[in-house]
Amino acid sequence: MPTAINNPLALVAELTHRCPLHCVYCSNPLELQSRSNELSTEIWSGVFKEAAAAGVLQADFTGGEPLARPDIVDLVRNARSAGLYVSLITSGLPLDEAKLEALVQAGLDHFQLSFQGAREETANDISGTKSQQHKLRVLQWLKRYRIGLTLNFVIHRRNIDELEEMLAIVEDSGAGRVEFASVQYYGWAFANRDNLLPTRQQLDRCVKLLHRAEEHLSGKTRIVFVVPDYYAKFPKPCVGGWGRKLMLITPSGDALPCHAAPVIPGLKFANVKNRSLREIWEHSEAFQKFRGEDWMQEPCKSCDRRAQDFGGCRCQAMLLTGDANATDPVCSLAPQRPKVDAVLAKINDGRTAGAELASPVVISADKINWLYRANPV
Amino acid sequence: MSVDLNSRPRLAAGCRMGENNKQRVLLMPERALRLNGPSLEIVSRCDGKYTVAQIIGELQLLYSKAEPHKVEQDILGYLELLQKERALDFDV
Repeated sequence: MPTAINNPLALVAELTHRCPLHCVYCSNPLELQSRSNELSTEIWSGVFKEAAAAGVLQADFTGGEPLARPDIVDLVRNARSAGLYVSLITSGLPLDEAKLEALVQAGLDHFQLSFQGAREETANDISGTKSQQHKLRVLQWLKRYRIGLTLNFVIHRRNIDELEEMLAIVEDSGAGRVEFASVQYYGWAFANRDNLLPTRQQLDRCVKLLHRAEEHLSGKTRIVFVVPDYYAKFPKPCVGGWGRKLMLITPSGDALPCHAAPVIPGLKFANVKNRSLREIWEHSEAFQKFRGEDWMQEPCKSCDRRAQDFGGCRCQAMLLTGDANATDPVCSLAPQRPKVDAVLAKINDGRTAGAELASPVVISADKINWLYRANPV
Repeated sequence: MSVDLNSRPRLAAGCRMGENNKQRVLLMPERALRLNGPSLEIVSRCDGKYTVAQIIGELQLLYSKAEPHKVEQDILGYLELLQKERALDFDV
């Protein structure tokens, strides 16, 4: 049975893999693209036009650090004039007041500033660079403009206990939206997983605090919480379903159904330099591979939830079970769920769990052997 | 949080109208809402000039076959939803 293909709605433009930060959970692949392979301004601008014509509403500029592109203002202007809603997902690090002014004038719709923690020492440890003071300065500059603002805190075992302080930063910023995004375990995060997964006790406390904050900030700031899916009962509807809503373009122009897709062996990606966006979306092997339900095995195949979560994440299935067609093993119905439970048991058992129920576990960061994200050569 | 009849709603920072495939949409950070019929009539009046009461009055005329009280409740419910989404600011 042929699957009806919807329009893509969101274009994630990974403009570069270059980045001043070295976050230990970076979602970029372990093999990074070098600057010399990056798409030109002209090619990106053509991609934006094709995307809008194919029905895409939003372009998310990300990386790496999108501000590392010297042509970032032109890219924003060209995406906006192609008819897209433009979001900049940034560390804020290579930003000064003049550049911010130019971005706003070019039509930037939405600024998403990432935070690695609330405290300077945590943030610096996680990002492998000094960044916190500058981010707080950027928040002050942003108050001059009426553009969308999201604060994004990537949370995990080392910073989840700073939640109240994070909320104070949010409230002071006046942001319309905040994401508390639990690390998802791919790429660099997968390599550092055992140092990043929060304990169940930490997670419970976090959920309680966020419920309270939601009431307090209602009408001012919308809170979005992304759960650490290893603790979930059912998997996330990853990228809104494979090839259903989103298309990601890598710095060198490969079109991916999701950022982690290269972990699936044998998957070939078409490149925007050789094929039109619409053709890639509708016909390319990578986008067809897990579109619809034909690929599903049991228990997904006959599951009532299959149109809700689409069997979860293909890349996570690959990483944890070695089979990209398997049910996402975080699903409580998955035959391979015991693999996830074993990881959780390691985090929650022993000296980190239950010792002092009231106080969150604090582990000194200087004892950790982080695998810091490198920079492309 | 309830909506004040005398306040003047306008699109919040980062929210604007857009169009794709002849379909009007309300674009906002990380999401978009399709606007049809009454929702388009409401949102296109959220410009900081109309009060909530005026929006209700105009839509009651526009949808004169519907029960006026029902129109009012529907509009207030929709505005509250948009407020929760942080799509609207309410100027007093």
